[in-house]
Amino acid sequence: MDFQTVDWAASLLAILPEILLTILAVVVLALDAIWPESRRRKLGVITALALFGIALIMLIFSAPPEGELADQLLLGGMIRYDILTQIFRTMVLIASALTCLISVDFARLGRRGEYYALIIIATIGASLMSASADLIMAFVALETTSISLYMLAGFLRGDERSAESGLKYFLFGAFASAIMLYGLSLLYGFTGQTNIYLLAEGLTSGRIGDLPVLVAMIMIAVGFGFKVSVVPFHFWTPDVYEGAPTPITAYISVASKAASFALLMRFFMAVFPSYDAVWVQMLAVSSALTMTLGNVLALAQKNIKRMLAYSSIAQAGYALMGVVAISAQNGAGMAAVTFYMFMYTLTNLGAFGVVVLTSRATGSEAIADMAGLSRRSPALALAMTVPLLSLGGIPPAAGFFGKFFLFNAAVDANFVWLALVGVINAIVALYYYLMVVKVMYVDRSADEEKPIAISASYRWALALSAFGILFLGVIASPVYNWALEAGRGLLF
Amino acid sequence: MDSPFPVLSIITLTPVAGALLILLLPRTAKQEARLIAAAATGFSLLLALLVYANYDVAFANSAQSVREMFQFQESTSWVAALGINYHLGVDGISAPMVLLTGLASFAGVLISWGIDDRPREFMAFFLLLVAGVYGVFVAMDLFVLFFFYELAIFPMYLLIATWGWKDLREYASMKLTLYILVGSVIALIGVLAMYFVAGDATGTYSFDMVHMLEVSAMPNSPFDMEIFGIDGLTFARAWFPFIFLGFGVLAGVFPFHNWSPDGHVAAPTAVSMIHAGVLMKLGAYSALRVGVQLLPDGARVHLPWIVFLTLINVVYGAFIAMRQRDFKYVIGFSSVSHMGLVSMGWATMNVFGMTGAGLQMFSHGAMTALFFSCVGMVYDRAHTRDIPSLGGFRKVMPWVAFAFVLGGLVSMGMPGLSGFVAEFPIFMGLWNASPTIALHIGGWSLMNYYAIIAIVGVLGIIVTAAYVLRVVQQVFFGEFDQEHYGHLSDVTVLDKAALAMLSLSLIILGVWPSVMAPMVESGVRPIAQLLLGGV
Repeated sequence: MDFQTVDWAASLLAILPEILLTILAVVVLALDAIWPESRRRKLGVITALALFGIALIMLIFSAPPEGELADQLLLGGMIRYDILTQIFRTMVLIASALTCLISVDFARLGRRGEYYALIIIATIGASLMSASADLIMAFVALETTSISLYMLAGFLRGDERSAESGLKYFLFGAFASAIMLYGLSLLYGFTGQTNIYLLAEGLTSGRIGDLPVLVAMIMIAVGFGFKVSVVPFHFWTPDVYEGAPTPITAYISVASKAASFALLMRFFMAVFPSYDAVWVQMLAVSSALTMTLGNVLALAQKNIKRMLAYSSIAQAGYALMGVVAISAQNGAGMAAVTFYMFMYTLTNLGAFGVVVLTSRATGSEAIADMAGLSRRSPALALAMTVPLLSLGGIPPAAGFFGKFFLFNAAVDANFVWLALVGVINAIVALYYYLMVVKVMYVDRSADEEKPIAISASYRWALALSAFGILFLGVIASPVYNWALEAGRGLLF
Repeated sequence: MDSPFPVLSIITLTPVAGALLILLLPRTAKQEARLIAAAATGFSLLLALLVYANYDVAFANSAQSVREMFQFQESTSWVAALGINYHLGVDGISAPMVLLTGLASFAGVLISWGIDDRPREFMAFFLLLVAGVYGVFVAMDLFVLFFFYELAIFPMYLLIATWGWKDLREYASMKLTLYILVGSVIALIGVLAMYFVAGDATGTYSFDMVHMLEVSAMPNSPFDMEIFGIDGLTFARAWFPFIFLGFGVLAGVFPFHNWSPDGHVAAPTAVSMIHAGVLMKLGAYSALRVGVQLLPDGARVHLPWIVFLTLINVVYGAFIAMRQRDFKYVIGFSSVSHMGLVSMGWATMNVFGMTGAGLQMFSHGAMTALFFSCVGMVYDRAHTRDIPSLGGFRKVMPWVAFAFVLGGLVSMGMPGLSGFVAEFPIFMGLWNASPTIALHIGGWSLMNYYAIIAIVGVLGIIVTAAYVLRVVQQVFFGEFDQEHYGHLSDVTVLDKAALAMLSLSLIILGVWPSVMAPMVESGVRPIAQLLLGGV
């Protein structure tokens, strides 16, 4: 494969979003230094608008190069700019923009420039993760995201829970990264290559036995398993999600997860195609365990952030179903995962956005304290109901199509048992999502008469999420076709 | 036959538009919310009448192809990559159901006028529920059918949990939601399996009903291929019970009827009306449409034993209804009993019985909606539904008493009313089918037993007469407790309008059956022919 000669124009265009993001981070830090405290509330809004702008610029001006794999491998094979990259980048950019919007009024971080700068840096990492085609690039991108997120999770230094969250996330994360890095270094040792597409050729040459490759594969899978919080590497999730500032919890649950899924699909498709009998079965079992455990544990939660944490574990389990369906080799599995992550991004941000507002109004994160929300603020109750329905997979919310595509892909790949496990789980999960709806609509509270103020940036964020969910839930076709194109692009 | 404008889409989407409009209103706009809801359901009802009046029975009877069996068709690609089409259309079975939905939803809005706790949300969710129900009846694509089927579930949950009867609502709404959902996803997996089997065999992957029907009618249809290498076990035979009973959960088929009385009792009046009146028909309708029509060979094998379940529905439901003290539970169990007749009608597998079942769906829908509105009106004023403590209510609410007696006569199958028109052909169908149907289990077979089923089933009607007359006598006649209930007011004009509308449709169908019977017959004939094909 010839991609060593660097085509600078195409390469720079391919990383245009990252370049713009870097500039944005510097600008935000500068504004933070110049502006007095009173004006800094605008920082979040400006960052969000700029992030939306960058997404638009990418979609309009920098289309992925068409053609062979070699044409898409840029910067000396460091990244592959294809449709999968584009769609996942769009996702993380939207995710970070919405995160900024729901951070604006958050006490002790909504007016700090370095907070937004860290989100932007985490976004650069996530964006590069979805593009990486090289072991080094993948690891550097992964760590860029992770280290920023460790800091963000512990951003509220004075708050014990936030500090605990940051430290826990860091310790678990560093451990998982180390294992993964060891796996990656083994692969380099076996083949002398760092580019994932060249690696694959080296691995299939027959010079290396199966056992060492499997050991390396499992180590890398452990790393990914941690990032997307798959059972049995999920233990950090509830504590980190509960303790981190709510907007950051939202960000961790979508952007870092989505980018990890992109990298996971690309990596396993490219590096271990000849071992798919092993890893597909391994992921199938892990998918079934993850969704079941996530849902069962979520049933018992009293705290809304912990419930959403376990729910996000379960959601990762569903999404893994699509990765398992890769074995059908028609792109449908990857398209289903991509669509799922797209709708999940909008969904979780909407839900956490409402949690930010209600927990500020009631001073509590208990589910029971959301009682009477539909009387206090009908709009807010609706803005929460739509994402909950989407998570539960009920039309007209996008989750219905999302789950349908996944089940469809699983049945297509002859994993009927997995689809059945998924379907049963979806029903179990609906129970706890509906319980939240019930609390909001049925239960009474003493504060019913006090309306909740919703400032403009939150209104926009929640409206975007709700309309996005309903739009994807009714007119799924454009995004699904886009995802299908991305999925088919990975097949060669 | 295509319609000049997408009338079915407009019928289905008008309630959605109404719901969105209502949610955009300010919180204080209670009256506006009610008016919008009435306008939306009223408009859909008018269009449903238009569709009903313009349905061409002669054309349907002379249909040469699968596509011609459906009228007012419209089709747009939805998710092309998976062969999902937004394809709508009605046949002789679904056109009356669309009309029924219109009647029950409009009456439901009128009766809910008095709801003062967040009427904005109530009306919006009610309209969404109605949209889901319309959508299932007009769907001609299995995905579209599922989409609307699931769409109806959530608003129903919320309506019951929020505005329902305090003592029972949280338990009943969750129970009902989970029951129906479990049933529907089992059917969904079956439909996915059908989609892939049909797609693998023909190379065209599509959820379109027309495509599925064509595949099912092919010689050597992939649905009739043996699976797992077991002798006699075909795809259709393996999946039919799951699909039929999966949908049958919503139709209240024994032993999956348990959610229904609790759900009906806990629901607010308008939701009980839609729920027992129309929603249960979704189950029976989908079981026929997806189960019997697409897998006729499975139906031939399995319906002869499923008929026993429906018999239990009819008789057991009636006996339990007789035991109830709670007015609303009586009606709840009567629905279980009457819906058993619908499934029993499907099980006859001939034109007579199935036409009767189609008519029974309409008749029971209007009748139950009427019953539940009467119960609601009594309860709203007397604040009790305990039958022994009520009495003499004809004095304060003559309209309600009249409507209830009428509904009672319908449910007993009195000639001249719709119940007779519907139930008579079902029993006749059972009798006619008797010589042709046999049940084989292992080496043992049962012949000519449909006649016995007909006889036992008729016993259910006698029990029905007993419990209906008991309620009529104790609640509306008997001694009036002047001290407790002397101050009660009569029902409002809107309530009377709703009662009149529903009563009238029962009488019209009763004295003039040919207004609907030929239409239903045109819809069931092709299905009955499919079923006869293999005998």
